[in-house]
Amino acid sequence: MSETTATPADAGGRPPKPRPAPALDPDTAAYYGAAREGRLLVQRCSACGAAQLYARDRCLRCRGEVDWVEASGRATVYSFTVIRQNYQRPFRDQLPYVVALVDLEEGPRVMTNIVGCDPDDVRIGMAVQARLEPVSDDAGIALFEPAS
Amino acid sequence: MNAKNRRRPVIAGVATSDYPYLPELSEHGVHGQVADRALADAGLGLAEVDGFATAGFFPMYAVGVAEYLGLRPTYLDETNTGGSSFEVLVEHAAYAVEAGAAEVVLVTYGSTQLSQMGRRLGTGGGGRGAGMPGPAVHDALWGNTLVGNYAMAARRHMFEFGTTPEQLAAVAVTMRDHAVHNPQAQYRDPITVEDVVGSRLVADPLHKLDCCVISDGGAACVVTTAERAADLPKEPVHILGGAHASTHHLNLSAMGELTTTAAALSGPAAFARAGITPADVDVAQLYDSFTITVVLTVEDLGFCAKGEGGAFVEDGGLGLGGRLPTNTDGGGLSSCHPGMRGMFLIVEAVRQLRGECGPTQVPGARVAVAHGTGGVLSTGATLVLGKEAP
Repeated sequence: MSETTATPADAGGRPPKPRPAPALDPDTAAYYGAAREGRLLVQRCSACGAAQLYARDRCLRCRGEVDWVEASGRATVYSFTVIRQNYQRPFRDQLPYVVALVDLEEGPRVMTNIVGCDPDDVRIGMAVQARLEPVSDDAGIALFEPAS
Repeated sequence: MNAKNRRRPVIAGVATSDYPYLPELSEHGVHGQVADRALADAGLGLAEVDGFATAGFFPMYAVGVAEYLGLRPTYLDETNTGGSSFEVLVEHAAYAVEAGAAEVVLVTYGSTQLSQMGRRLGTGGGGRGAGMPGPAVHDALWGNTLVGNYAMAARRHMFEFGTTPEQLAAVAVTMRDHAVHNPQAQYRDPITVEDVVGSRLVADPLHKLDCCVISDGGAACVVTTAERAADLPKEPVHILGGAHASTHHLNLSAMGELTTTAAALSGPAAFARAGITPADVDVAQLYDSFTITVVLTVEDLGFCAKGEGGAFVEDGGLGLGGRLPTNTDGGGLSSCHPGMRGMFLIVEAVRQLRGECGPTQVPGARVAVAHGTGGVLSTGATLVLGKEAP
């Protein structure tokens, strides 16, 4: 995976295509907006204390009200794959790259890309750290890299 | 027959289309071909159809196909659970005829995926899902492909249970062994475990030959009552029980443990409704989008313990004479996979119970299971079919 949010011009000479940015709605704007500002948030239930992502209207466990709390960014790789075939831009210009599910220290599991290391060095159970990057004017995403 | 037995649901006719490449047919034309063939197999005509079911990728799809076929059905269903849709539609049709809501339900599937979109369809993963507000944005941002979802399940299964690439490959090898006997199958040359693990990686640990083919094709069945079928030409196959479940939609991150699928919910429920156990099953038709799909399914349906699926499928475990003869037409891995293969599973199960499968016939097959898996391991639907009435 490229270290930046845009890819180089492809072989056809077309301009770089940015990686996809999420369309936002009332459930998700706070999460991606905070990531744009460099903060990784999780929802926490004010009634039962459960943490969750992705963002929903209420707590998945008890339907209680949820608040936003900042996460440490520490996580563990639950599973991953190295994508070696994808015809879609911008990702085809970044092959091979790692798609992973990581478990945040606070509990929720999220999908991400593991960056900052050789794809062949990724392992289940590996400690990773969030690296927040903007993808649009109002959204950022949490990539993860090996914990130092 | 007593009153209850008269309305027991049966499959009275089945058909597959020409496949795997149909550039001369429209998608709706495939529906037409399989509708004609399934009704002919059942000894019925379109005028006798009062119920219609199919699944496609936009709203009111079944209404549109019914229009194309000239039907004015009074029972309609277009429940879409992805690749498991047709197990769900036939389960629903069984309830409908049993309840008296319909007499003859035609269920058709048609696709021209290969002709229309080509083989590149299989990857996806460009992030298009990110552009529409809603929950589907979350896992659409990472360049994950359809294959990548199943690859992550395979990786986790290997990590937890020591499953090997060679064990996954054994699924593909057995499906190809069966496809050798199917003149219509997309790929018929025998392959070895070495061929599979030596094919290029698409999304680690899944290789090209761990992935289903991309085809044109369709299939259909006719569901009616035992009483109606008694006057029809073909031996009816009894719908003994069905059940379905979902665990998540497009966000694999919402699945929970990747090593247990919706089949663990649908399988036991379907077997209980049918009054059978996994040991009673003579032949299985299991959705084989990828080799790992089959390994997870044999575990979740209870044919072996969780974690033992790798050992279960190797050494010809899914072959004729094996532990569980599976996908006797060659499956989606070798024969035909037009996108939502579930109806092919049902048709092959019926043909096995009728004894029509020639060189891949399981001798004396009395109970068959068709299990569909849809989405990104998102849904599972199990249908138990029997040669005899329950």
